[in-house]
Amino acid sequence: MEEKKAVPSFDKLIVASSPHIRAAETVDRLMWQVIIALIPAAAVSVYFFGIRSLVLMLVGVASAVLTEALVQKALKKEITIADGSAALTGLLLAFNVPANAPWWMVAVGAAFAIAVVKQTFGGLGANFVNPALAARAFMLAAWPQHMTGRFPVPLDSITAATPLAILKGTATGTLPSYLDLFIGNVGGVLGETSALALLVGGAYLIWQKVIDWRTPAGFIGTVALLTWIFGGKGGLFTGDPLYHVLAGGLILGAFFMATDYVTSPITPKGRLIFGIGCGFITVLIRLWGGYPEGVSYSILLMNLVVPFLDRWTLPRVYGVTRARA
Amino acid sequence: MNMLRTFYNGIVPENPTLRLVIGMCPVLAVTTAVVNSVWMGLAVIFVLTASNILISLLRKFIPDKIRIPCFIVVIATFTTIADLVLAAVQPDVHKILGVFVPLIVVNCIILGRAEAFASKNPVHLALADGVGMGIGFTLAIMILASIREILGNGSWFGIRFMPAGFEPATVMILPPGAFVSLGFLLGTMNLITARLAARNSRSTERVPSHAADAGLEG
Repeated sequence: MEEKKAVPSFDKLIVASSPHIRAAETVDRLMWQVIIALIPAAAVSVYFFGIRSLVLMLVGVASAVLTEALVQKALKKEITIADGSAALTGLLLAFNVPANAPWWMVAVGAAFAIAVVKQTFGGLGANFVNPALAARAFMLAAWPQHMTGRFPVPLDSITAATPLAILKGTATGTLPSYLDLFIGNVGGVLGETSALALLVGGAYLIWQKVIDWRTPAGFIGTVALLTWIFGGKGGLFTGDPLYHVLAGGLILGAFFMATDYVTSPITPKGRLIFGIGCGFITVLIRLWGGYPEGVSYSILLMNLVVPFLDRWTLPRVYGVTRARA
Repeated sequence: MNMLRTFYNGIVPENPTLRLVIGMCPVLAVTTAVVNSVWMGLAVIFVLTASNILISLLRKFIPDKIRIPCFIVVIATFTTIADLVLAAVQPDVHKILGVFVPLIVVNCIILGRAEAFASKNPVHLALADGVGMGIGFTLAIMILASIREILGNGSWFGIRFMPAGFEPATVMILPPGAFVSLGFLLGTMNLITARLAARNSRSTERVPSHAADAGLEG
């Protein structure tokens, strides 16, 4: 280890005697684990949407990594593109566009995610919302013609309305079967269609202890419960929760975006509340809002209250009474 | 000399929009197109200069306790003139600017300059301050409107010049685009002022050393 900076005050550093426990978790390892977990979904996407899907993912990753390097060079900061966080942002951003999106939009979106959402707030660990989702919101407002409407259908060159838009009644078409939804044989953005591939990746992350089960469980559970109660046309408790869970970007958002370390709570209770809040807002938008899908906005909105959730759910230290404000 | 410095003060060192960050409402609202920002700027220059002059002339007669209502009456008079003139000369622009022209009455810049400058300084300085601050405001909103119109509409002064392949990012002429571009503009302004300050302090340090060199040679 080389000495990089002088520690300001040595009095505050208390070094106990050995042995020391060194955690294996590093930023690099966590980020690459998430990228590994996204490979099944990426592979399914390339199978269903063709080489176009791979091109968009590569453009997203390349633009994000290049932007990170350029901004860090311009700001005379240490260049940290090898930690995988920029690559992950670029990949998740590409997962959020339909297969017929123009490549330049993905490139601009990834640059926006890194340069505006991440680096202007201080880089990794300092951004207050998820960069990929904020860039998705930016692209949706900037080029709605490429981000909404009819999306390409797998293994075909035609486009169709997304299942959620049909479900909402804002578009016409035949609803795909549960099996098609589960394996990903439906129209949608690149990374959201295959519930199976995303669940495999999500299970891997939970097994590797990279993410906490509470956030996705709270998120998906709340969506299932509320759509079951309010989602049906024939009255309360006639909704179709399974369809609402499998269709749209819920599984992608719940496992891979709501669990972002920087923009989600650190306390277990906070993570559960965060997931429930995301689910609540998603259902509000899906059932009564203007858009057919609400996962990305729900996560962005909940990102904003994370500091409050963390303070609110701070565990009490044993033997210490809570200080009165 | 003093008039010139007061005039310059409003454009760069105390630019109302980019340095003092006051009067943000029209800055965010009317900068969707450069033409709108120019007319808004002209209206503000007129109201600011005229009210500064009148308030400076009346500064010995206005009782201290009711100075704010007095300032508002003066400013409202000139704003009404600007509003009616704009409606007569440029009805289309007047319709687009809408409520933001009458709102000049409560604009922080104008009331702020009346309170902080015009009510304490002689007429010629108040005139220079009004024109300088007004031009500083106009330049700032023109730059912001240029960024937003070029990126969000592919045009400048309403003339489309970007290549046909360029698809404008609609978000730039929506409210989020205003906030993002204003943030970058403020950051750029801070960077320029920091650079200028660093260069000034270096050049003043160098003066004595040059003098010392010259002394040695002599």
